[in-house]
Amino acid sequence: MTASAQRALGLEAAAPDAAEQAELHPEKQRAHVRFLNLGKVYEGPQGPVPALQGIDLDIQRGEVFGIIGRSGAGKSSLIRTINRLEKPSSGRVLIDQVDIGDFNEDTLVALRRRIGMIFQHFNLMSAKTVWQNVELPLKVAGVPKAQRQRKVAELLALVGLEGKHEAYPAQLSGGQKQRVGIARALVHDPAILLCDEATSALDPETTQSILGLLREINQRLGLTIILITHEMAVIREICDRVVVLEKGEVVEQGPVWQVFGNPQHEVSKTLLAPLQHALPEDVQARLQPHASELHASVVLDLQFTGSDGKEPDLSALFNAFGGRVSLLHGGVERIQGHALGHLLLAVSHSPLSAEELLNRARKHAQQAEVLGYVA
Amino acid sequence: MWLDRLWQGVIDTFLMVGVSSLIALILGIPLAVILVTSGKGGIFEAPNVNRVLGAFVNIFRSVPFLILMVALIPFTRLIVGTTYGVWAAVVPLTIASTPFFARIAEVSLREVDHGLIEAAQAMGCRRWHIVWHVLLPEALPGIVGGFTITIVTMINSSAMAGAIGAGGLGDIAYRYGYQRFDTQVMLTVIVLLVILVAAIQLGGDRLALRLNKR
Repeated sequence: MTASAQRALGLEAAAPDAAEQAELHPEKQRAHVRFLNLGKVYEGPQGPVPALQGIDLDIQRGEVFGIIGRSGAGKSSLIRTINRLEKPSSGRVLIDQVDIGDFNEDTLVALRRRIGMIFQHFNLMSAKTVWQNVELPLKVAGVPKAQRQRKVAELLALVGLEGKHEAYPAQLSGGQKQRVGIARALVHDPAILLCDEATSALDPETTQSILGLLREINQRLGLTIILITHEMAVIREICDRVVVLEKGEVVEQGPVWQVFGNPQHEVSKTLLAPLQHALPEDVQARLQPHASELHASVVLDLQFTGSDGKEPDLSALFNAFGGRVSLLHGGVERIQGHALGHLLLAVSHSPLSAEELLNRARKHAQQAEVLGYVA
Repeated sequence: MWLDRLWQGVIDTFLMVGVSSLIALILGIPLAVILVTSGKGGIFEAPNVNRVLGAFVNIFRSVPFLILMVALIPFTRLIVGTTYGVWAAVVPLTIASTPFFARIAEVSLREVDHGLIEAAQAMGCRRWHIVWHVLLPEALPGIVGGFTITIVTMINSSAMAGAIGAGGLGDIAYRYGYQRFDTQVMLTVIVLLVILVAAIQLGGDRLALRLNKR
């Protein structure tokens, strides 16, 4: 991005030290978006269908906040109550401490210009060029032409589409289309960016580049990003905090490293399963609930949620076990500076009982479990 | 002599079809927009307006043109002061083709992805902005295609109007070809009509294709 682009976007002043912010503007400490006992009921052919109930959430200024859940969990409805594409049936939505419940068309239009939104299927106007697509929000707001041209050029440069001004959306790849969507969403310098499954229609590589761009925007513009997704990988990649939604209710929430390291609810565990290290299939097949012979190996599942940022100490662990320890599967992930380890071990020829092995393992790992025995 | 008549016939047909299709275009697009946006879940939701307009359109669309033309004779006299000639034909032609075109345009407008409307709302578009900047431009290729069909149908109808004294190519073919058994004139008229329809269809298709950026 050019220096002039940075100036015009107000990047130089953006994202000052958080502590300093709080001191200068105590109101900025308060929630940027707040849901109070929010509910949504749809009128279906077989009577009312509840989509959201009793949602209470605070989303802080400048954070990347993830909402995850299976399809039909109510994610789409929830994110759409923030810019009132969806009207809640009960409860309140506060943005900067202002209840948006009774906004009329004029105030809603003003509100929506402070909230950008990007979509799974991009939703670009097919009859307009890239340039015209990004220009549209400014045009309908009555921004003078000279100012529009400067702004559109800056944003297309920010998302890396300088050479594509005159292209039509049909001539672009999925990733390029989403970049146009991002430029369009940012053209009014919003304070909040809503992402509705923004990477779900993209391949893994493009997903990475779009998430990288969103992260960069969050950091450089100090923008609050609220995203919904059904992919845990997206949450891991860019979110600070996450809530898990199931059947219209919040079933789990917390910092991403915590929910990843120690998921509490069944749905969170299911959603995390594809990212977890699982027992190799052949071992799984030979697994027995009880020791069938003297030197059968005990299969242990150990989890480390290193809140101190430290990786698991293997030598201490092995010394504590005695006997032979073989690694079946395992790895360590770093999320938000926390080392989250998961080890699957087979211990044999140890003088200790399975019970005792577990007790010792728990001194090193946050969670330990005996999965079974293999001969 | 008959070449002059033929030329006059071409001019009359152009005049009848041109004027009534222009009016159909000006009235049909707003009508289609109202039909789409006043429907359930539309941006100007108004179920009663939608029902009344929809019924009105259906009534005019279900009456065959020949009968509509005769039934409208008192109305035509009221509007243009005569029931004979090119201008008298414009009235029933317009009344028949406006609902026809509005329905075709309605289909194109309805096909605009709801996600685009949602995106427009999310970026702070007012409802009129959505009609002007999203619905109409996105549906334009389909509307152009529909208008082409409307013009061709109107050339068809104008020949019928010609048969009851409106002038134009239909009138000539009927009087010389049918009543006087002048095959040469009739064949010439047929060739002219085929060329006319083919030219309009080709032009419409080209334009729709050029406008379609999908």
